[in-house]
Amino acid sequence: MSRYFGRKLLIYGLTFFVAVTINWMIPRFMPGDPVQSMLARANIAQPEAVEAMRAHYTDLFGFDLPLWKQYANFWAALFRGDLGISIWLFPTPVTDVIARAVPYTLGLLLPAVLLSWIAGNRFGAFAARRKWLDNTALPIGYVLTATPYMWLAILLAWGLGVVAGVLPVAGAYSFAMRPEWSWDFAGSLLQHWLLPFASLFLVAFGGWAIGMRNMIIYELEADYVHYLQSLGASRRLVRRYAFRNAVLPQITGLALQLGVLVAGALVTEIVFSYPGLGHLILQAIQNQDFFLLQGTFLFIVIGVLIANFVIDVAYVVVDPRTRIGMGGAA
Amino acid sequence: MTATRAPRREAPRFVPRNGKLIAGLTVVLAFLLAALFVPLTVDHAPNEYVGPAAAPPSAEYWFGTTTFGQDVFAQFVYGLRATFLVGLLGGGLAAVIGMAVGFVAGYRGGLVDEVLTMLTNIVLVLPALVVLLIVNAYLGVRDVGAQALFIGLTSWPWAARAIRAQTFSLRSRDFVDLARLSGMRTPKIIAREIAPNMSSYLFMTFILLFGGAILIAASLDFIGLGPTEGVSLGLMLNNAARWSALHLGMWWWFVPPGAGITAVVGALYVMNVGLDEVFNPKLREM
Amino acid sequence: MSLTVTDLRVHYRTARGDVQALDGVTFTVADGEIVGLAGESGSGKSTLGTSLIRLNGRMRHVGGTVELDGVPLPIGDSAAMDRFRFRSISVVPQYSMSALNPTRKIGRMVAELLASRGERLDPAELERRLALVGLSSDVLGRYPIELSGGMKQRVVMVVSTLLNPSLLIADEVTSALDVSSQKAVAGTLLGLRDKGLVTSMIVVTHDISLVYQIADTIAVMYAGRLAEKAPADVVVTEPRHPYTRLLISSLPEVGVRRAERRLDGIPGAPPSLLDPPEGCRFRDRCPLAYDRCAERPPFAEVAPGHFVACWKAA
Repeated sequence: MSRYFGRKLLIYGLTFFVAVTINWMIPRFMPGDPVQSMLARANIAQPEAVEAMRAHYTDLFGFDLPLWKQYANFWAALFRGDLGISIWLFPTPVTDVIARAVPYTLGLLLPAVLLSWIAGNRFGAFAARRKWLDNTALPIGYVLTATPYMWLAILLAWGLGVVAGVLPVAGAYSFAMRPEWSWDFAGSLLQHWLLPFASLFLVAFGGWAIGMRNMIIYELEADYVHYLQSLGASRRLVRRYAFRNAVLPQITGLALQLGVLVAGALVTEIVFSYPGLGHLILQAIQNQDFFLLQGTFLFIVIGVLIANFVIDVAYVVVDPRTRIGMGGAA
Repeated sequence: MTATRAPRREAPRFVPRNGKLIAGLTVVLAFLLAALFVPLTVDHAPNEYVGPAAAPPSAEYWFGTTTFGQDVFAQFVYGLRATFLVGLLGGGLAAVIGMAVGFVAGYRGGLVDEVLTMLTNIVLVLPALVVLLIVNAYLGVRDVGAQALFIGLTSWPWAARAIRAQTFSLRSRDFVDLARLSGMRTPKIIAREIAPNMSSYLFMTFILLFGGAILIAASLDFIGLGPTEGVSLGLMLNNAARWSALHLGMWWWFVPPGAGITAVVGALYVMNVGLDEVFNPKLREM
Repeated sequence: MSLTVTDLRVHYRTARGDVQALDGVTFTVADGEIVGLAGESGSGKSTLGTSLIRLNGRMRHVGGTVELDGVPLPIGDSAAMDRFRFRSISVVPQYSMSALNPTRKIGRMVAELLASRGERLDPAELERRLALVGLSSDVLGRYPIELSGGMKQRVVMVVSTLLNPSLLIADEVTSALDVSSQKAVAGTLLGLRDKGLVTSMIVVTHDISLVYQIADTIAVMYAGRLAEKAPADVVVTEPRHPYTRLLISSLPEVGVRRAERRLDGIPGAPPSLLDPPEGCRFRDRCPLAYDRCAERPPFAEVAPGHFVACWKAA
């Protein structure tokens, strides 16, 4: 078991290392001189930011220093928690900007991922045993997984927000409000949360349901199921065992899908101007705020790594084979 | 039973009977043909300002026009081209990398496998879209080719893992042993003995990568990091969102591109299920 | 009379049509009898074994009856069969190594299985039976992956016979094992009968020399029908059916013991059961074949307890 976690942690450590290196390399080695062109552009938009940027870049990249030294400086800054100053919200440090956005993204992403996973698994297992349901649910599931997240978001915003006028379609709370601890504000938060949540949930739900349906069908053909049936075990027991075993690959699937789910959350936030990380990314791109963009990138990578680790722990809890240390986990 | 010959599949017998396969294939082909030939019948460029501004669908402009008077239908059919192109190139590149890594890791085993698996897992954990965001943001000029290149470079890991596992199980089979004993070289064994025995699987992997590449490209385009020139379905969504088509009620601007992506990708997935049922009769039983 | 099978016909549905895997099989198994059911792969022996307990999704009961202890078994009706499974008829499947749910501890799985059949688990009895096959009760606290293949198989034998069934079907239980383990498993099967945990047994195998050690009677199948059935000694020493003779003569004293190995001495292969020929199914390969073989030979009793389906043997 410690070997299993050791390997996983090694991979995550290396991944983080690669991510940081990508972050350092891209502005350094991209064709042209992005730093210069960025400074030039910023010069027009945010004159007061230019000096700060130049200082930060010199500090980080130290163009007259040898490469390894520049690289080391980059890591040193990272460990100080210094991701630079945002251009868009000058002079707020990038870490502060991100810290303000993270709760919104998590508040959207976590419930959508967990609930869609649980509901999708239940529904997929349920659909697999009824032919008519299987035949109707399956095509819907495939359409849902094939839907680009932002398009479903746009359709929901248009249908329920603009046409029906039932729910708000922009922001995380009413523009007339300031964040405070009150029922009114909480209600407004919830109202604004519903549509982005629903669109994330639906697309992901389709995928889980299909995955579970297929896994259950495979499991119901497994030897242990045939044996139970040969001994006349109840359908309930057979279903329970099959579900339990079919959930394992779905847990691995959750880890595999994290990147896609995060991407889905980012574009969904953009559609609804939801002030999470996706919104930051859009602003960063539109304002050529590369510090912010790179900081957000690192933040998301760290988040995904942590989530992966949590899933690994969950897997070990559910699958005895990993605990016994004889493999079994993908 | 000793199988000295590679087992031959008899699956093609069932192909015509599988409804899902036919339905999926029909939709994909219909869109593909539309992408190939319909643009030839449109006599203006997709981004040209040809019509009245913000006009709903009409006999002249089937899908209406944008706020600037661009023909949405023209953008749609040209955009389909970009969609298929990015799927083909991005999915194709990812499939090639995935196969190369998967075959070599699965067949060679040992240290080579360790290293390649480690690499695969690292790229797998990195959220692809976010990496693409960073790369594309720094690229001054972007086109479909570069987009496909980077998508291909980031989306191969799961395919490599799956192919590695399959190769691993084929590696010790009799006909592979026989080939090895007869002095066949590794690349040839992979190409002649292993790949043909999982050809259906490889094809299905490619289809999934194809669909995945289309979806990632659409997200990138939507965020505003699409091709700087030209038109794509994702860019149409981006423009529609940017110019408030939603609030202006110009549904004809954002419904077709999303529907196009969903139809193509959904049809690819359904086609894949059909193929899966053809090759794995267990699923067909349900 | 423990088991009576009369003219049993079971077909497999495939995309190309029905495969007539069992085409009119008639035989009996007496109380306390161990019948070895031998034949090449594809002869229908495994189909016969499985169809007595649970037809799988592609198998169809086309005709014939099965009676166990005087009660007809509804083998075509899976739901109705549940009443008999485990209690009156049970199985040690071919896939014993993977027959246990990988994510449940064995003890818990057994308890849940019994509970789902409305039976109470007697822990002392379970431990006694485990000890009988040489397992300590520790295995109950383990997951299947922690046991060796042989241990898993013994666990399955214990589980399958927990309710003292009248008939146990052991399907190719030795095919995955080495020679010494095969002997041990054969001994365990004998023990199950001798200690009265099961009344009768059908041992499906392609290994005549192994089944000879434990079976009272050997039945040989060919292409979906019984070719010969007789006391074990008789089948081995005085076979009457030309197929059985070739099968026995192809067994060397030591070494190759598998009937599954193609009979090199006989040209041709078993007929396709998709559209089998009329008459005796062995006739294309039979050295003794003559005109009359175009007609199906009856499975006739040529001596007490000795049945043969061959015109020349009658």
